[in-house]
Amino acid sequence: MSAVLADTAAPAARTGERRPVRRRRIRPGKILLSALGLLMALVWVFPVYWMMNSAVTPDAILGADTPQLLPVSFTLTNLRSVLTDSGFLNALGMSVMVTFLTITLVLAFAFLAALAISRWRFRGRTSFILAVLFIQMLPAEGLFIAQYQMMSSLGLLNQVIGISVLYVAMLVPFTVWMLRGFVAGVPIELEEAAMVDGLSRPRAFLRITFPLLAPGLVASGVYAFLQAWNEFTTALVILPAESAQTLPIWLRSFLSASANRGINWAEVMAASTLIAVPVIVFFLFVQGRMTSGLVSGAVKG
Amino acid sequence: MTLTTGRTAGSDGIAIRRRRTPATPYLLLIPAVAALLVGLGYPVYWQIITSLQEFGLMQQFGAPPEFIGLDNYTRIFTDPEVWSVVAKSIAFCLVNALVTVGLGLGLAVLMRAVPGWVRMSMQITLLLAWATPLVAAVTVFRWLFDDRNGVVNWMFVQLGRENLDGYNWLGNVWTFFLVASLVVIWMSVPFVALSIYAGLTQVSEEVLEAARIDGAGSRQILWRIIMPLVRPVIAIVLLLQIIWDLRVFAQIRLLQDAGAPISETNLLGNYIYELGVGSQDFAGAAAVSLFVLVLTMVLSGPYVRYLMKEDAA
Repeated sequence: MSAVLADTAAPAARTGERRPVRRRRIRPGKILLSALGLLMALVWVFPVYWMMNSAVTPDAILGADTPQLLPVSFTLTNLRSVLTDSGFLNALGMSVMVTFLTITLVLAFAFLAALAISRWRFRGRTSFILAVLFIQMLPAEGLFIAQYQMMSSLGLLNQVIGISVLYVAMLVPFTVWMLRGFVAGVPIELEEAAMVDGLSRPRAFLRITFPLLAPGLVASGVYAFLQAWNEFTTALVILPAESAQTLPIWLRSFLSASANRGINWAEVMAASTLIAVPVIVFFLFVQGRMTSGLVSGAVKG
Repeated sequence: MTLTTGRTAGSDGIAIRRRRTPATPYLLLIPAVAALLVGLGYPVYWQIITSLQEFGLMQQFGAPPEFIGLDNYTRIFTDPEVWSVVAKSIAFCLVNALVTVGLGLGLAVLMRAVPGWVRMSMQITLLLAWATPLVAAVTVFRWLFDDRNGVVNWMFVQLGRENLDGYNWLGNVWTFFLVASLVVIWMSVPFVALSIYAGLTQVSEEVLEAARIDGAGSRQILWRIIMPLVRPVIAIVLLLQIIWDLRVFAQIRLLQDAGAPISETNLLGNYIYELGVGSQDFAGAAAVSLFVLVLTMVLSGPYVRYLMKEDAA
């Protein structure tokens, strides 16, 4: 559309007429489309808004006949009571440990594998890539009963290490694929030039290539964080004990626990908000890469 | 590809490279492969074995499992309940994937047509929805559709539908799946819309210019030029959406907590969960799991082929 406007403006500019630039004609169709666009934006933002609005509204007001659409009775009570809830803090600790261990292992393993497939052509490379691509599509639902059996016979149910191993296996494939692009993007010539200048191969790699890969590692790390932090399905099965709950599982039982005495939606929404905010922040940080990673090149062919 | 040619000049390059670094790439793959074998390989192997064995209560108490061939498969796949679950899952998946991609495409085209600030607000709100963690999103939808104080029922009452006052959306199978679809669609449209929009912005201005000079109207440009050019993106996101909408265990499970009729609202993942964790029928659960895995593999074929092409490029 902007192209159309530029189009009509061009001849006027060329002839050098001094008359004021023609103001955009306001067409009813355009207004209608804008209104539709804003309506859609409203529909998509409303649940997020409602979560945050309810989180800062007293529960008594949420129970009133007419909902309060604006946070006029702003309060931090709900957030405070969630933040001091021992279950929440316990789950937060669990989530942090699981996520940290997962990210560390995933990045290390996937980085080495990405190096192998983007710097060497070896027998079995294509099969490995094929396997990786298929594996990343496998749903947790198709595996969790067997994983439960395995962890239970190893005595690793409700253990940080048990669930982390499964998360690592779940996340390594996509991370390898993501990092492969970054590694391939650093020309090997840079490393070779450094070696000509007298650095050994490991040192050349550490000093030259590795720093250039840092953005890729950060992006992959954030991706792994989002997945491990949000994971629900496998955690529900592998972490049945209340003391081993991660945040998503804790939120579910927090909601169920309050169901008997009438759900305290204000606190539930405060908890949801607290879980969602770090995720939203990190997500906005990497989202550009996620879209392009999944469908890049589809148009250029 | 360019890397290898850069490294080794000459036609015998491959041979040289193999001799010089025979083990390194394999060594580098060891940790990743080990993790995959432990976390996924063994469970799949266990499922294959278990699905061929009698694994009932006796085995729970230590009796050695008995090899019974394909009996579990016959037992499971002649059960009408399983087929009803499969049918519901596929219907749920297809309806949601199609609606999601249709809406996403509509929003992407709309984003092209509106002024910059409207487009920006659409992009930001879509990103917010996309970023919201699954558990938080489903929990919010439960609150929105809460029978007593939910804002949806309140809105219907304001619009004159008094009969929906206090309506329990999650208690009825049809409205349960309606709410589940709304959550799934709300969560997945952003990815589709932003991906297709990214595809739309890559359509070169020269092509559109040429079409305009040839006298094409904006509708013709949309349907004859832009749509064919972004069709590959649409195909990929539709495929991904179909695969992803088969795995809605978490959404369904979390909504079922609100008191839905569980056996009627189970989709494949939930059925496996009930069978395995609930009824301890591990052999049956393993058989259904393998069915889900194979179905996913088959569906993933075209996507994997597309990614492999990208690797070769």
